Amino acid sequence: MSTHDKPVAVTMRRSGLSRARGLGSAKSGSAHWWAERVTSIALLPLSLYFVASVILLLGADHARMVAYMAMPWNSALFLALIFAMFYHLALGVQVIVEDYVPNEAKRLATILVLKGVILFLALASAVSVLKLAFS
Amino acid sequence: MKDVRDALMIGRTSEGDLVRRPVSPFMLGSAYRFQISSATSILHRISGCVLGVGSLLLTLWLVCAASGDGAFSVIQAFLASWIGLVVLFGFTAALFYHFCNGIRHLAWDAGRGFDIPVMRRNGKLVFVATIILTLAFWTIAFMVW
Repeated sequence: MSTHDKPVAVTMRRSGLSRARGLGSAKSGSAHWWAERVTSIALLPLSLYFVASVILLLGADHARMVAYMAMPWNSALFLALIFAMFYHLALGVQVIVEDYVPNEAKRLATILVLKGVILFLALASAVSVLKLAFS
Repeated sequence: MKDVRDALMIGRTSEGDLVRRPVSPFMLGSAYRFQISSATSILHRISGCVLGVGSLLLTLWLVCAASGDGAFSVIQAFLASWIGLVVLFGFTAALFYHFCNGIRHLAWDAGRGFDIPVMRRNGKLVFVATIILTLAFWTIAFMVW
């Protein structure tokens, strides 16, 4: 089954400049789509590392937690996880809000508030990891 | 009609009557019968939401660890309690589901796996893998603990 079976006439309703830039009708949508895929690929190994870390830190006391995060590979991997995870979360949350909130003003406000919350959570997590790493 | 996008959601039946098309996910059950493709799709979104809430717990855990001994022992005790374990169980199940089905999505993005029998088979495989990974995680967890 191929979509190239029959020639289809397509009227381009875009300016020559936007076509030349490869922007298409989706504007920033393709960048969003691509970032969601890139972060998901990064999260494949990072989430497995996270699961392993959780197992290693089960029932850990504070000293063990500090010792774990003080190891450079661990703090670096946790920072990478935090970046990729919250970035991916922000992109996913945006899609869900765009699907279910029809009112444009409410949609924009909801996305801004949720992205703000996610950014704050990412910062709080990263600062905590850095504090443990340098303590 | 309140939004221009609503225009896409209104159609006519073959008798010419106006119909409001059902919008995802409210078409499940009423307009669509159960299919493995729609089930895995909506579960991908639900597990993503669960993981979003789970990220709040991860932040709390890291902030408690950075705050000191007292705060960290409180959160560790909560996570080891029955409520904590149930929350963590849900979190791990959502993580393994989103992980496995995410690989499926990446394969589709690469243009592979669109044959319906293949799609059904690896859809079922995602459920099986989620159960196995979640049980394996908790078996190892209780052995290590």
